[in-house]
Amino acid sequence: MSTEPIIQITHLKKQFGDHLVLDDINLSVSKGEVVSVIGASGSGKSTMLRCINLLENPTAGEILYHGVDITSKENDLQKYRASVGMVFQQFNLFNNMTALENCTVGQIKVLKRSKEEAKETAMTYLRKVGMEQFINAKPAQLSGGQKQRVAIARSLAMSPEMLLFDEPTSALDPQMVGEVLTVMRQLASEGLTMIVVTHEMAFARDVSSRVVYMEGGVICEDDVPSVIFKKPNNPKTAAFLQRFFAN
Amino acid sequence: MYHQSKRYFRFFVFLFCAALLLSALPVLTAAAADGAAAPAEAAKSEPGFFENVWKILTEKYPLLLRGVGQTMLISLVGTVAGLLIGMLTGIIRTAPYSKNAVLCFFHKLLNKIISVYVEIFRGTPMMVQAMVIYWGYAFATGGSTLPLIPSGIFIVSINTGAYMAEIVRGGIISIDKGQFEGAASIGMSHGQTMLSVIIPQVMRNILPSVSNEFVINIKDTSVLNVIGVTELYYFAGIIKRETFKTFETYLIVCVIYFILTFTVTRLLRLAEKKLAGKESYTIFGSQSDPEAEIKVKKEEPGYVD
Repeated sequence: MSTEPIIQITHLKKQFGDHLVLDDINLSVSKGEVVSVIGASGSGKSTMLRCINLLENPTAGEILYHGVDITSKENDLQKYRASVGMVFQQFNLFNNMTALENCTVGQIKVLKRSKEEAKETAMTYLRKVGMEQFINAKPAQLSGGQKQRVAIARSLAMSPEMLLFDEPTSALDPQMVGEVLTVMRQLASEGLTMIVVTHEMAFARDVSSRVVYMEGGVICEDDVPSVIFKKPNNPKTAAFLQRFFAN
Repeated sequence: MYHQSKRYFRFFVFLFCAALLLSALPVLTAAAADGAAAPAEAAKSEPGFFENVWKILTEKYPLLLRGVGQTMLISLVGTVAGLLIGMLTGIIRTAPYSKNAVLCFFHKLLNKIISVYVEIFRGTPMMVQAMVIYWGYAFATGGSTLPLIPSGIFIVSINTGAYMAEIVRGGIISIDKGQFEGAASIGMSHGQTMLSVIIPQVMRNILPSVSNEFVINIKDTSVLNVIGVTELYYFAGIIKRETFKTFETYLIVCVIYFILTFTVTRLLRLAEKKLAGKESYTIFGSQSDPEAEIKVKKEEPGYVD
């Protein structure tokens, strides 16, 4: 375990109107860690992830990226987002672009890479996710699993330090979940730092270095998978897992 | 190819029938009226309906052509300029407010001004706007007037702009929020997102409304005759006064307007299809042959045209 965390969240709070969605979240993620965030729908998992990417503005608390508050002026938001990428449940590929263009546009516009370099990098990652045959296709012409793999390649092409996955397989047909999880397992084994909000317990158990259980906007338990899944310390975690596996 | 040529053939047959029907209608009614009166003599001394139409077409076609030219110029430039106004106001109104207090204030002020502009120009007739702007300028400058064609273009542009402002704004807010988030997640700024991701999609989505505005403008430029802009309807007035054939003249003009709008509608339909992008794409490589290029054609469910 390396020492200096990439992301350190302290006392994070998020409120929508009167509704408190996140309450006093403390979490730190270091290089090479794969952190799975599990919990029932509405427990604040996705909101936490969206706060890390600043798609939502935290109400209170701090999120430090290498020690710098991401909401402060010293943090270049665009550069930060390029290095802490996000993969969405609904893929959010650009509908007006081909798979290849989806993976090059950010590199060209944000990282100011040349077209050739951007294309080369994009091809590397499209090959990695097994989508090199479909570079020519528009999102509307791809299946859900294919779209998600392109979306992962799009984030990887930005050479990120860390990737956030917001329920990447929840919108997929069961037979397509596997192809996406395979890619994610491979990325984890290559040492990519990831925070994965997921309902795929097998993935959380087998792949992650840590599992975080959330309920009602608070982190109930944060431990290694063997503890969470075998003998959780928090009775809430145990109850959730029991309910989950009973279904 | 076969389908394509069949399509064009159908289009011209339709055009022909429509023109025929429009011109046959009054002849039929005229014939019925003639039947009541004494017919034989009148037919000899006075030229018939078709002769009158033919006469106007052959003798007055330079005026008609000039009218068509001016009408198309004013409505085309007016629509394009209106679209630009719409784009600009749409982008301004959907942009997030700056954190800088001063910029934020001016942005809000600008939004208010845009709203007022949209409300006023959508809420008053273009004919009245033409009078107010044209004579307002004359009033303000103590009698000097603006050149007519540019005035016409200006009025149509600013009027269309008010409608386009709403069309574009609707187009932008109808784009899935995920498109913005996807772009934000890889670090693209709002401006970059608008330019590369949102506007191209908006353009494709609003094209039907834009062509609708264009067709409306072709017809509505006719109101500009109140300030004396020499478009098609204005020339119809001149021809009428020269020939005293009111009905024939306006019938011809009516058919001309229809041909203009119909042609424009069809052309823009083609453009829509082009913008919708290729229906097929190529897969590179297959399991047996890595060099293979397989064309995949997507089945579109019933395209209505």
